[in-house]
Amino acid sequence: MKTRKTLTTILAIGAFGALIAGCGGGREADTAADDGSAAASDLSGAIVIDGSSTVAPLAIIAAEKFEGANPGVSVTVGTSGTGGGFEKFCAGETDIATASRAIKDEEAALCGDGGIEYSEMLVANDGIAIVANPENDWATCLTVDQLATIWGPDSTATSWKDVDPSFPDEPLKLYGPGTDSGTFDFFTKVINGEEGASRTDYSPSEDDNVTIQGVNGEQGGLGYFGLSYYEENQDKLKLIEVDNGAGCVAPNAETVQAGEYAPLSRPLFMYVSAAAAERPEVIGFADFIAQNDADLNGEALFVPLSEEQMATLQSEVASLRG
Amino acid sequence: MNTAGRIAGERAGVAVRESLAGRRNRSVAAGVFLGYLLLSTVVGLVALAVLLATILHDGLPYVDAMLFTNSPSADPERAGARPAIIASILVAVVLIATALPIAVGTAVYLEEFAPKGNRLIDLIELNIQNLAAVPSIIFGILGLAFLVRGIDLGPVLLAGALILGLQMLPTVIIASREALRAVPDSVRQGGMALGATRWQVVWREVLPAAIPGIATGSILGMSRAIGETAPLLMVGAATFVSFNPGLLTQYTVLPILIFQWIKLPQEMFQGLAAAAIIVLLVILVAMNGFAIWMRNRYERKW
Repeated sequence: MKTRKTLTTILAIGAFGALIAGCGGGREADTAADDGSAAASDLSGAIVIDGSSTVAPLAIIAAEKFEGANPGVSVTVGTSGTGGGFEKFCAGETDIATASRAIKDEEAALCGDGGIEYSEMLVANDGIAIVANPENDWATCLTVDQLATIWGPDSTATSWKDVDPSFPDEPLKLYGPGTDSGTFDFFTKVINGEEGASRTDYSPSEDDNVTIQGVNGEQGGLGYFGLSYYEENQDKLKLIEVDNGAGCVAPNAETVQAGEYAPLSRPLFMYVSAAAAERPEVIGFADFIAQNDADLNGEALFVPLSEEQMATLQSEVASLRG
Repeated sequence: MNTAGRIAGERAGVAVRESLAGRRNRSVAAGVFLGYLLLSTVVGLVALAVLLATILHDGLPYVDAMLFTNSPSADPERAGARPAIIASILVAVVLIATALPIAVGTAVYLEEFAPKGNRLIDLIELNIQNLAAVPSIIFGILGLAFLVRGIDLGPVLLAGALILGLQMLPTVIIASREALRAVPDSVRQGGMALGATRWQVVWREVLPAAIPGIATGSILGMSRAIGETAPLLMVGAATFVSFNPGLLTQYTVLPILIFQWIKLPQEMFQGLAAAAIIVLLVILVAMNGFAIWMRNRYERKW
């Protein structure tokens, strides 16, 4: 009995392993490593980045490429959230904080207490996409007021008809990010006028892919999240244009970069500690981002900087180097 | 999880056999109860089966060599989990080396040596029970304050592993005490009667007899620790790490990587997350298998 049990266990584990070994081939074999577009350097050391999970794809692609070009440098990227990132940054535990919003006064004060001087780098633009179900044939554009009617803290809208009398009496099924998210903070601030003020009877999720599934599965579904999630899932969603009083505008690279997709365009930041920037690998990394911003944003699915923003970023890096 | 399922299955089986053999329990209540037992077993097993099937279906195509050799990447075509797999295994090793001996030692002391009815001992026992119910994020905050900042260990793997060890202590202590308590007193009395000291009785008779139960409890505690995310995020585990982690370097573990991948917009990352879940499952199943092997190897019937 004893031996049989043991045998069964071993067999079960073995079978599981064999099953796994037998499959595979979901991805093509790795081709040559990325060019990295730079000659090997003699930089070395470690760079510690922490902060917003929204900005993480950009930080990670930059870290990968920078490591590729500088084999002596190791970069780690954490995702404690924008607030958590600043908390560690101001305690002097990280070199760079990533943020999906500008630093708040009380966070700046915290850095002051910690004796951390820093400089703010605007590294990317992001739009918040408003998305509906593909079968929604009535709404193509919503005004900011209508969005506030839908999402406001005192909202009583339960049907699309409550948003606009010309819309059908289809139940309004709302999906969006949870209260911990920087996207939630930003959306509530610009649409409802106060950060964190939102109706609470919607389906929140920290995982935007859940929002995609929800909106995709309900004819009256409506949700919001970063533009990259729409771009990767265009076949499942219908993009809603936003009217800020100057006509309907759809979010895309041009309208977000030009600030025409208002008020739902936002800048993404990296904050570099001045003390850390004295280390050649950290200033090298900041410079690397400034030099390759368009490429990096393209791969991270963000909207690259405008020429004006780019000039600001480069002068910011130059003054850090200074 | 499979242990619990099996126990439930065995119980239901016993119930079936008894009701068939006896033919006495024909009352409606017995039938309803039997139905309820079967139903609860089926609910658990079906939920598990659906979960496993979904994960295997989504993840198996992505379990490839790259998953084990490459580091995380923003490009799903070449993303792997090597640093996270290494870190998760390292964490398990640290847990075995630190938390297990302390937990088993505590259990042996409380069960075999501690004076009964002592106020201080009662207080300690009460606190251990309470600690088992503390949310994991609280342990994370403790770790941040004492290990990472207090003694200035920094956000390194050792700090994360130690905090997971602290979190699993109560579970293992309680399980080990149950195992020690299950050893009949006649064993102790027999040993004493033959002139053995208390130490000899505990070391040579009681502890070996309790090993199966201790092993099961330890593995359950470790499995939970290996799958933990919240306290590690608190003590500064990173998400993207491309080098092989050591005890005193930054690190990321499998659950954190899975959490990150699931949230990304590219659909391929969902497959990769499922693949990483399979790797985590294999590690857990292997650990469970080892515990079952230990139990069967050392199990004694009294």
